[in-house]
Amino acid sequence: MEPLALYIHWPFCLAKCPYCDFNSHVRAPVDQARFAAALRTELAWEAARLGRRRLVSIFFGGGTPGLMEPATVAALIADAIRLFDPVADLEITLEANPTSVEAGRLAGFRAAGVNRLSLGVQALDDAALAALGRRHSAAQAIAALEAARALFPRLSFDLITARPGQTVPDWRAELRRALALAADHLSLYQLTIEPGTGFAALHRKGQLVLPDDDTAAALYDATGEEAARAGLFAYEVSNYARPGAESRHNLQYWRYGDYAGIGPGAHGRLTLGGTLRATCRQRAPEAWAGLVERHGHGSTEETPVTAPERAREALLMGLRLSEGIDAARFASRTGIALDDALDPGTLARAVEEGYLVRDAVRLRATPEGRKRLDALLAALAR
Amino acid sequence: MTDTPTDHIRNFSIIAHIDHGKSTLADRLIQATGGLTAREMTEQVLDSMELEKERGITIKAQTVRLTYLARNGESYELNLMDTPGHVDFAYEVSRSLAACEGSLLVVDVTQGVEAQTLANVYQAIEANHEIVPILNKIDLPAAEPERVRQQIEDVIGLDTSDAVMISAKTGLNIEGVLEALVNRLPAPKGDANAPLKALLVDSWYDQYLGVVILVRVKDGRLRKAQRIRMMSTGAVHTVEQVGVFTPKMLPVDDLGPGEIGFITAAIKTVADCKVGDTLTDDRTPATEPLPGFKPSIPVVWCGLYPVDADDFEKLRESLGKLRLNDASFHYDPETSAALGFGFRCGFLGLLHLEIIQERLSREFDLDLIATAPSVVYRVHRTNGIVEELHNPADMPDPSLIDHIEEPWIKATIMVPDDYLGSVLTLTNERRGQQSDLTYVGNRAMAVYRLPLNEVVFDFYDRLKSVSRGYASFDYHMDGYAESDLVKISILVNQDPVDALSFIAHRAQAEKRGRSICEKLKDLIPKQLFKIAIQAAIGGRVIARETIGALSKDVTAKCYGGDISRKRKLLEKQKEGKKRMRQFGKVEIPQTAFLAALKMDA
Repeated sequence: MEPLALYIHWPFCLAKCPYCDFNSHVRAPVDQARFAAALRTELAWEAARLGRRRLVSIFFGGGTPGLMEPATVAALIADAIRLFDPVADLEITLEANPTSVEAGRLAGFRAAGVNRLSLGVQALDDAALAALGRRHSAAQAIAALEAARALFPRLSFDLITARPGQTVPDWRAELRRALALAADHLSLYQLTIEPGTGFAALHRKGQLVLPDDDTAAALYDATGEEAARAGLFAYEVSNYARPGAESRHNLQYWRYGDYAGIGPGAHGRLTLGGTLRATCRQRAPEAWAGLVERHGHGSTEETPVTAPERAREALLMGLRLSEGIDAARFASRTGIALDDALDPGTLARAVEEGYLVRDAVRLRATPEGRKRLDALLAALAR
Repeated sequence: MTDTPTDHIRNFSIIAHIDHGKSTLADRLIQATGGLTAREMTEQVLDSMELEKERGITIKAQTVRLTYLARNGESYELNLMDTPGHVDFAYEVSRSLAACEGSLLVVDVTQGVEAQTLANVYQAIEANHEIVPILNKIDLPAAEPERVRQQIEDVIGLDTSDAVMISAKTGLNIEGVLEALVNRLPAPKGDANAPLKALLVDSWYDQYLGVVILVRVKDGRLRKAQRIRMMSTGAVHTVEQVGVFTPKMLPVDDLGPGEIGFITAAIKTVADCKVGDTLTDDRTPATEPLPGFKPSIPVVWCGLYPVDADDFEKLRESLGKLRLNDASFHYDPETSAALGFGFRCGFLGLLHLEIIQERLSREFDLDLIATAPSVVYRVHRTNGIVEELHNPADMPDPSLIDHIEEPWIKATIMVPDDYLGSVLTLTNERRGQQSDLTYVGNRAMAVYRLPLNEVVFDFYDRLKSVSRGYASFDYHMDGYAESDLVKISILVNQDPVDALSFIAHRAQAEKRGRSICEKLKDLIPKQLFKIAIQAAIGGRVIARETIGALSKDVTAKCYGGDISRKRKLLEKQKEGKKRMRQFGKVEIPQTAFLAALKMDA
């Protein structure tokens, strides 16, 4: 049986950030009790059909799970441990923001069993934070990081790069300060304009201008250099870690393993009865809770993933990793031999160009290949 | 209405350079004689196609009947044949002129005589027209009527003492024009009792009426229900409707000698109506047809391919529909290694090509790739066989070629003295041979022989630019001559792209090759891999450029919730790529094909 990672979605935020297109909602007040109960019900329903799978990770994402009651987090962790077969070093991650509300809950989350915290810092510059619509200052972020380091065995935080007007020297300086604060993991994302967000509207009106591709590439190169100098290596397109400190939960996605997604709008990939199924839940929080209360789950659609689809998904996820794709694992997971999933002409050309490396065991994208992965995949995937 | 005696009919056309006021004058004449009410008048009534209005040019000949009560108290029937003003449509000019006895020569007195005016006025003189000079725009401060009068006398040799001074824009002295038509133009001659002879001037497809034929009756009468015979083919049809344009279509009982009008006769396609043919009565036919016209021959060819290969059938249908109305353009299916299935299309000139392309995209919503325009070369093979080459891609191996001939033109260029130097530089760059250079006042008139292939791409644009818009240009075909021509192939990542290959004179091959490589470098967006662009003659590379790889293109965040969405995006991208034209794994935007071949100085 495929080992399992568990994702739990908490859909609420204090405010919607203008760059974010995740399934997040602002409600005041949030009916904590109702959503806690619904999550536990749905987790039990999912566990009932999955059986006691080996559980490698639990991840509380959002939204802002830092706004959950620690008791809810504790109950869900206890449920998961009871319902599944957890590995000894089960990774339990929770995402939080460095706001004052959340700072007060960190100890509670730790006590609930969370052993890895992921903080949404985004920038170490107050003007940039304001421009990103964040509700915290750089000083608050630093304080939260220091508190978290003392509490949690593992800690990661996010920064957004390639912001309007950002230069390579500015970014290097900001990143060095961040690296000095870092524990073992960082997520460093290029700012992307997502449709339907506040930034998309500004961008359309020309009021938000992103750095051009050459600048974005230079910022990305600088990011890799600075992180490596501090001992953090790019194990994925936007993720940097000390060896061994990679996010096991996210590796499960990128290695195209099984994961269950519960909560509003959560997606999953689950092997059920020998077939890989794509699962998804009702997005609107109240409608989801209503479904769970009536049926025990908020699932709206489950579809089998065909072999060619599995191959494309495994490719587009696996090539994001510096370790690349294990050919044997690819074939057994997708039912298609790795080389049959690739356009041979593009493969040869990309190898020659230094974008891809193919050996007897693996296919991996080089840093130059990962930098252009979207264009590469469009030509490479069959 | 058809009771008008022949001596009260006047048939005329208007000759003018673009912007000299031909359409405005036509509008004024229609207004002054009550052809349309003020409410029905829109600017430039006769240019009915949207493109004609936009470009300010007339493409198809149009006709309108005016009824004028002259100062002598008698009523006259005045038939105006509007003629196309652009050199590509010179052929249509000649047949319009053949249907008339006289012409108004309209000259803008702020500009003077231009090359196109000259070409058309010479045609009118050859057609034995009585020509009435009209000096237009005399109300403008920059008007120089005396200088222009002198110029008309010097260059054309017309007496201008009776020239009519007008302003078409303000309507000044429009009556003077109408009186000149009545008093100075000859009435048509013809015998109403002789067997029917009517000249087929033009035909077009109307979606409600079917094929409409524009005729000029010479002898006899043309009436409803009559059985008519096309003298060239012997085909017989029954006339369903007879009418005239006022410019609205107005049914009449019959058309007599000297009259211009239209008929419909349940004819399926325009291709069945040979322009220049003679219509006669089937029961009492005429013995001799009228002198016809030489058929129009396409001189510029290019390939048209759908961007989306699935649109091939739609393109075929659309070309068929356009040809219903424009028998002067030709198309045949062809295939290209690079572009797949498409059509080789022949045009009267580059403007004609652009117009057809624009109509295909506007009226039929087709995205097209046009290959480099080519003239028709004559390839003499070593085995003695001579063949016409419409497509550079079909050029035989040089070892099989004895020699190649290319078409030449005789061009007349009129330009103010100040710009003559730059114009002569341009014509020399284009392998021009000067045959005459004369001055009229401060304007020079240069007559040049030029290879047509040097003119086809962008000569007119370049001429306008080096003369700041003051030069005017006209040409006619002037035979074939042997030339040292080579085929230049364009290679993208070592793969030849047949649709970009072209033929040039050996002396210019290198420069052209370089210029196209540089252009393509700007026109092709950065892609996953770096792209090598080369120009080559045979196996010898004469120019190369490299387009670097794109620098960054990767989704920043991609987690469990994104997989389905990213996969669907990838599948959509792949579907799009399948439909895109790829050349050695390179996507070349369709705009690159024509744009690359426009040559800059």
